[in-house]
Amino acid sequence: MDKFMLLFHGNAQAQQDFANQSPEALQAELQKWNNWIGGIAAQGRLVGGEALAPGGKTLTAAGQVHTDGPYTEGKEVVSGYLTLKAVSLDEAVQLAQGCPVFETNGSVEVRPVTNFEQ
Amino acid sequence: MSAAPDQLVAHMFRHEAGRLKAVLTRWLGLGRLEEAEDLVQDTLLEALAAWKLHGIPDNPAAWLYKVAQRKTLDVLRREQRHRRMAGALSQEADEEAQTLQAPSLFLDEEMADSQLRMLFACCHPALPLETQAALCLKTLCGLSIAEIAGAFLTSVDTINKRLYRARERIRDGSIQLEVPTGPQLTARLAGVLRSLYLLFNEGYHSTHPDQLIRRELCEEALRLARLLTESPRTNQPETFALLALLCFQASRFDARTTELGTIVLLEDQDRSRWSQGLIAQALRYLGQAAAGDYASTFHLEAAIALEHCRARSFATTDWPAIARYYSLLLARQPSAMVALNRAVALAYAEGPLTGLQAALAVQGLAQHHLYHAVLGELYRQAGQANKARQHLAQALQLTTSRAEQELLQRKLGSLPD
Repeated sequence: MDKFMLLFHGNAQAQQDFANQSPEALQAELQKWNNWIGGIAAQGRLVGGEALAPGGKTLTAAGQVHTDGPYTEGKEVVSGYLTLKAVSLDEAVQLAQGCPVFETNGSVEVRPVTNFEQ
Repeated sequence: MSAAPDQLVAHMFRHEAGRLKAVLTRWLGLGRLEEAEDLVQDTLLEALAAWKLHGIPDNPAAWLYKVAQRKTLDVLRREQRHRRMAGALSQEADEEAQTLQAPSLFLDEEMADSQLRMLFACCHPALPLETQAALCLKTLCGLSIAEIAGAFLTSVDTINKRLYRARERIRDGSIQLEVPTGPQLTARLAGVLRSLYLLFNEGYHSTHPDQLIRRELCEEALRLARLLTESPRTNQPETFALLALLCFQASRFDARTTELGTIVLLEDQDRSRWSQGLIAQALRYLGQAAAGDYASTFHLEAAIALEHCRARSFATTDWPAIARYYSLLLARQPSAMVALNRAVALAYAEGPLTGLQAALAVQGLAQHHLYHAVLGELYRQAGQANKARQHLAQALQLTTSRAEQELLQRKLGSLPD
């Protein structure tokens, strides 16, 4: 099996909204993610993943701070990632179905992880 | 205000006694476990007396450690003096006594390490695995003989014999308790993981009459398991699997009892009260546990726990998957308790009659309240009220937990006549 990384793209507003939720709403949101990730884990495909907190910096050449926030073009923000094992890109795409980021109009980028051992 | 020192000392005893003992043992040597225990007792008694008189100090834990340290130094100095009088030592002995004061007893790292060191020391490979765990639970975790017997599904007598034999071997020198290093740590990991598992287990659903969940025991197990994942010698996939399991199980604590302490069964629990933070942690650990190709029994148990924690409701739980995991677990670990749990999963996956068939085939649990509670529930589901009543009543006789008694009474009351 190969490793794939799912990158969750959301918009900056959604990420702000997420951070400003009530504790109950946060729990409910987290539950959606846990249930979805749990499904991947239950199939023995989960390798790892992290949610990324808002804020941070973007650097460009010579380490100069370009902007004061991790925004890529179009105010798009990477809100987290997941690494998983799958037999093919198709299976990885299958596993990405049902991701909670879709509910806030975000997107999932599915990328194969380079295997240097081959 | 005289009640407060008593309660605080009792609280401190539960939380700090194990750590104190571990730290003192580091100073006195592992061959002097009982002496360390006595010094801890003395310290706690002194605390009780002093705090009643002078009030509780700002930092009670630090107070305890200072006093324990002083008492230990006294013991060591007396021995030095004795040796000197026997004509052995020079000024160097005094200097040595001075350097003993240098390492601070208050650093959290030092204390944590001391406890892990003691756990690893108790898991001596010459002892049977079960004895290793029993020794850990008695020495470090402060469980009573009765609690340890419950953990091993055996009698108080058996545990006493096991511990006695172990202590004899330590006393006569055929086993030296010492802190292992390097690859020895990895070799002893199985015993340590098993001990932490049993410690958590006692806290998760304790035999204590008044407290169904003893969170401090679970927190201790979680804390020590986390430490193990931070060292390259011990951060095996199995360690992560155990930690994932413990996090999954701990995530449901808030939902398992009402404010009054009555039991809320899994099917009735308010799942919004499950800690999603702990479930998220568990998932990350599970990912790391998947690193190897080998699935330990902890992996299987974690997989079962995952199925429960990811199910949106009791009804949508993937019971067939759980039953499959239990079958795998049973093949790996032929235990009556695993077989009983498997029977429950089968009941929900394939119907109460299938579950009953499996439960009735389980040997050796005729004196265990959970066996009869399960049979009672399955007979109830199968519509056989008389048999249900019989087994629920027997479970009621066999349990010492008030919360469980209350639950069983409720179930008996709900049966049709």
